[in-house]
Amino acid sequence: MNTASNATHAVLATGTAVRVKNSPPEIHCRTPYYLRGVPGQVDTLVGRFRDPSLLAFNKPGLPMRYLYRVRFKQKDIWPDYAGSPADTLVADIFEHWLDVLKEPAHERA
Amino acid sequence: MSAPDQHSHDHHDHDHDHDHAHPHAPIEDVDDPQRYEYVLETAIRELLIEKGVLTAAAIHRQIDLQDSRTPAMGAKVVARAWTDPAFKARLIAEPLETIIDEFKLEIVTPLKLVVLENTPDVHNVVVCTLCSCYPRMLLGIPPAWYKSIDYRSRVVVEPRKVLEEFGTVLSPEIEVRVSDSTADLRYLVLPNRPAGTEGFSEEQLAALVTRDAMIGTALV
Repeated sequence: MNTASNATHAVLATGTAVRVKNSPPEIHCRTPYYLRGVPGQVDTLVGRFRDPSLLAFNKPGLPMRYLYRVRFKQKDIWPDYAGSPADTLVADIFEHWLDVLKEPAHERA
Repeated sequence: MSAPDQHSHDHHDHDHDHDHAHPHAPIEDVDDPQRYEYVLETAIRELLIEKGVLTAAAIHRQIDLQDSRTPAMGAKVVARAWTDPAFKARLIAEPLETIIDEFKLEIVTPLKLVVLENTPDVHNVVVCTLCSCYPRMLLGIPPAWYKSIDYRSRVVVEPRKVLEEFGTVLSPEIEVRVSDSTADLRYLVLPNRPAGTEGFSEEQLAALVTRDAMIGTALV
């Protein structure tokens, strides 16, 4: 059921390059399908919340999961995006749906 | 009620029959008491009352509380943020706690409110692509278009085109930042204060702030 749940990692810093896992669809996982497999950057750590994929089955939703605001470039989501290259999208993604691509470099402000 | 129950209620109160944009006010369903969702809601509500889980009075109190929340409350918050920098700083750091403390509101929710501040370089707009998540605790019931498939599917793909349909045209230098309210966060956009309002009182400023400006589909 909870296919993406085993890969929890340390708390991710703002700026960490991540990719949303392209796991099979779950019932009520709150990870939108259009973001599966898309690379982005951690914007902020929001806190810990109950796991919606477990709550959906009337379970307590534990362990609590870190939730991040993750920012994506529109061009990375939609290759044919016709708006400005400056445009972005931010979604709330749980930790167990994120693969880490690269830690933020120290020289970057 | 436990937190998980509140959580799932919040996600599940979207309106399945209003999945398209209406140029007019949505037609209420009170004339069709046989509708499936209507029968289901009545059955569950009556069972909960019969089994002593809820009382009719508690349900009506919640309805009254929900009805008492309107965009006017959000407009007051925005106007104060425009006039009081210390309040704005606290609002952005701890939105719900600050609003409850400052305006003496009764808001109980497991959800977290996030304030998205527009700047000259960034314009925020909010959607819930998965259902109809909305900062109800502050703004009340969302407009029908916010719940429509049309808005939810298009604003993430072609936000500038959708904004134009709301009369909001933004320069390509401005970053349009769509926030998809996918989990436990609810978003309030803090619009830019319009030029020429320097002498305005907080009340005058609040009168300028529309619901759509706090969703991000309009400017003030």
